[in-house]
Amino acid sequence: MIALPVAGALLLLFLRGRDETAPLARRVALVVSVLVFAETLLLWTQFDSSSADFQFVERYAWIPAFGISYAVGVDGISLFLLVLTGFLTPIALLSSWESVHTKTRAFCIIILLLESAMMGVFVSLDLFLFYIFWDAMLIPMYFLIGIWGYDRRVYAAVKFILYTLAGSVLMLLAILGLAALHSTVTGRYSFDLLALNTLEISPYLQFWFFLAFALAFAIKVPLFPFHTWLPDAHVEAPTAGSVILAGVLLKMGTYGLVRFAFPLFPLAAVFFAPYLASLAVVGIIYGALVAMVQPDLKKLVAYSSVSHLGFVVLGIAAMNLQGVQGAVYQMLSHGVSTGGLFLIVGMLSDRRHTRLIAEFGGLKKVAPRFVAVFLLVTLSSIGLPGLNGFVGEFLILLGAFTWDPRFAVLAATGIVLSAVYMLWMFQRVNYGPVTSEKNLALPDLAPREWAVLAPIAAVVVVMGVLPNVFLRPMESSIERLLDRVHGTVPISIQAADLEPVAPVTVTSPESANVDR
Amino acid sequence: MDSLIAVVPMACVTASAIAAMTAEAFRGPGERMPIGPLGAVGLTGAAIAVLLLWNRDASSFGLVSADNFGLFVTGILIVVGLLSLGISGPTLSRQQLPRGEYYTLMLFALGGMMLMAASVDLLVIFLALEVLSLAVYVLTGIRRESALSTEASFKYFLLGAFSSAFFLYGIAFTYGVTGSTRLDRVGAAMAAQAMSPTPLHQLAVGLVLVGFAFKVSAVPFHMWTPDAYEGAPPSVTGFMSTGVKAAAFAAFVRVFLSAFEPLRGEWTVLLWGIAAATMILGSVAGVAQTNVKRMLAYSSIAHGGYVMVAMVAGNDLGKGAVLFYLLTYAVTNLGAFGVIAVLERSDRPNDRIQDYAGLSKTHPVLALLMTVFLLSLGGFPPFGGFIAKWYVFSAAVSGGYTWLAVVGVLTSVVSVFFYLRIVVMMYMTPTDQPTLCPVVPRVAGTALLVSAVITLYLGMMPTRVLDWAAGSIATIF
Repeated sequence: MIALPVAGALLLLFLRGRDETAPLARRVALVVSVLVFAETLLLWTQFDSSSADFQFVERYAWIPAFGISYAVGVDGISLFLLVLTGFLTPIALLSSWESVHTKTRAFCIIILLLESAMMGVFVSLDLFLFYIFWDAMLIPMYFLIGIWGYDRRVYAAVKFILYTLAGSVLMLLAILGLAALHSTVTGRYSFDLLALNTLEISPYLQFWFFLAFALAFAIKVPLFPFHTWLPDAHVEAPTAGSVILAGVLLKMGTYGLVRFAFPLFPLAAVFFAPYLASLAVVGIIYGALVAMVQPDLKKLVAYSSVSHLGFVVLGIAAMNLQGVQGAVYQMLSHGVSTGGLFLIVGMLSDRRHTRLIAEFGGLKKVAPRFVAVFLLVTLSSIGLPGLNGFVGEFLILLGAFTWDPRFAVLAATGIVLSAVYMLWMFQRVNYGPVTSEKNLALPDLAPREWAVLAPIAAVVVVMGVLPNVFLRPMESSIERLLDRVHGTVPISIQAADLEPVAPVTVTSPESANVDR
Repeated sequence: MDSLIAVVPMACVTASAIAAMTAEAFRGPGERMPIGPLGAVGLTGAAIAVLLLWNRDASSFGLVSADNFGLFVTGILIVVGLLSLGISGPTLSRQQLPRGEYYTLMLFALGGMMLMAASVDLLVIFLALEVLSLAVYVLTGIRRESALSTEASFKYFLLGAFSSAFFLYGIAFTYGVTGSTRLDRVGAAMAAQAMSPTPLHQLAVGLVLVGFAFKVSAVPFHMWTPDAYEGAPPSVTGFMSTGVKAAAFAAFVRVFLSAFEPLRGEWTVLLWGIAAATMILGSVAGVAQTNVKRMLAYSSIAHGGYVMVAMVAGNDLGKGAVLFYLLTYAVTNLGAFGVIAVLERSDRPNDRIQDYAGLSKTHPVLALLMTVFLLSLGGFPPFGGFIAKWYVFSAAVSGGYTWLAVVGVLTSVVSVFFYLRIVVMMYMTPTDQPTLCPVVPRVAGTALLVSAVITLYLGMMPTRVLDWAAGSIATIF
């Protein structure tokens, strides 16, 4: 059932055996990724949306001596992130059909590896496994930026990996601390999320653990003061890299907050929520203001991501049904619309080999169909009612308002600002006279590009019109989460029958000292 | 005969060393003898002996003990030996080194290392230390016409002799306060005095600590390391950075966590400081290097620091972590030095970072292997280095040494930076004149592949080896 990451990796090995024929590698990779997408859709249809439990759980003891198991499962929160990953990967592959000429086979391998690592992050129920996928995901992304990126790619790639790593190693220590705590309480190690959820953690430890987790996730999101890696990485990455980076990777941070940091350390979460929300609001406004003055299209979209992800964090920090639901919804819709924007920018830069706004102008006359799709995606990113961006932002603001109106008011200015910078950018690129002669001969969408953008456009509309299709399955999982954080249900799941059965051979440090 | 059983592994290796020496002595001019395979035979014999001795807890003369701890380290050393023999080929032929002497010295050094890992008497440990050190001093300087190599050897020898003196003084003081050099008796005598250690106790422990710290190149006794590693031929560097370290750490752990354990309160602080300083200096100084061998020298200093973190933790997790870490580090580091050795040419060493530019084009497989080794050294999953680091830090966290673990993880991020510099060179730096890659000999290529496969295996399916490591500490401590 959830052999998705494994399936991807296995098929990848098969791919590796192929010879150096680039078109074949491309096609195989595309077929694989479409199959994976189909698999995620299948998962969705079989998903029981009335249950709040993890479904399709698979659990094998991996390193039994330390209570590490290969434990995966899906709930309403991770389900759609899986679907999103499955959706964006083939699109990313397709988008690079012509722009990647060198080392095509390696490119395909890396994209698929990246996909399986991302899937792994979203399904892991074991903290150790989660961390492995979390870190393993860095390597393909690093190569993706570093090999196929633009001019300053090496700088961006190294910055990306060091930033993320610096945050995540402290999370590793917190994970180890949790496992050690589990062993002092129960006498054996466990990295199982469900088992750790039942631990009583003292407020003092919660404070530090939460801080370590939140730092790792905040860097990934990226929350305001930790965002400096993002514009570099986004701008230098190839289109496919940007799409995946914006579409999926950034969601790992917010997903981590929802899945791990908040439920594991509810006391600390309540304590830190206002601070997170403040940073989020600063990020929203700061990202929007900086986006406004960017001369580079890709940088503009990158900073708009900072702003949009601020909304997501705000929704999570609000910790009520509307807020979290909106946050998860916004994760999806941001993935789709920003992914779409990066694709569009990528197409422009493929055509003109520049991404400066000033170089364009009057594209509407030259390439009307292209501009039509561009408009749709732009509007969805602004959050026009009827399109996907609106639902998430509206729910988040609603949630934030019931929690603390001050945040909601400030965040709402972010929406206004986003309309300003997006529409202004759109106007400068597409309307007015054609200023540069080079733009006169700009071709409209090719069939392949239609294939890339049409699904995005379709999803943008569907998510805007029928939000309940997506919101319903999340609901019970999110309610469970909120109960957990607000402490109305002390222990959510009988963890005893879910833990790995293997006995633990390593004794705890205390008993070892006594033995000696 | 029963009492001789425990020395069988090192006897096998030493016998093959003597055979190699004899073969070299009777070799006609220009005639080629299969001396390398001879060593492999001896090591295989040792491996079989280790398997047979496993769980037997045999001991010889009361001085050498084939407990599982010693056997595990012996196993690591066998792996180190086989891989070192494998990667030596290109160095030997391209540098025109004397084949017979080289292999003989390497095998004698291995015999000494195995003895060091298994001995339970301070004097035998010292004896083994000298056996291996003398062989390695000569190996370092085996390129007689190279000034760099000679300087490295001389520096290594002088400082090494100095530290041996410290070590001997430490043994003498230990004998003075406890009346024995046998570890179990020393431990008992120390335990009796643990409540009120005299300055002499502290002096004894401190001097022995200095001796070991020099051998594992811990800060501030690391000065010789970069020069020695840079000057020695790359295959020798790989050998000494892994073998010597593994053997020295085995004795280090054995002495400090069993005999000197009662005085834990006295030396933990010292070791804490040394470990932190070693990790910090190793990774920070590594950033500034432009020579790959020097860079890996600093990296190996840092890795020694991580092993000491596990020692500071000192709990069962920590002891197991030492063993697992040494194994992973040995395989990975040998692999990395193997790549350097393969790339070396007779006219130029090819060991500057710039020499690696464009390697992914000229030799994609070699570049991929090097990437695997470097990422594993940097501690990325799914490679062995990650599991090893995780093991060490989980020992530190559950032992209550959280700050040491914080230093450890942060320095490992710093070290990732310089490992990645090589990756950047190999994959992301276009170059007009890519380094012409010599043909990779089959044996060396196989050794590299094997290292990479073990590295991956230790990262993906570490359960069995983790169990062995955990099982082998149960017997002695």
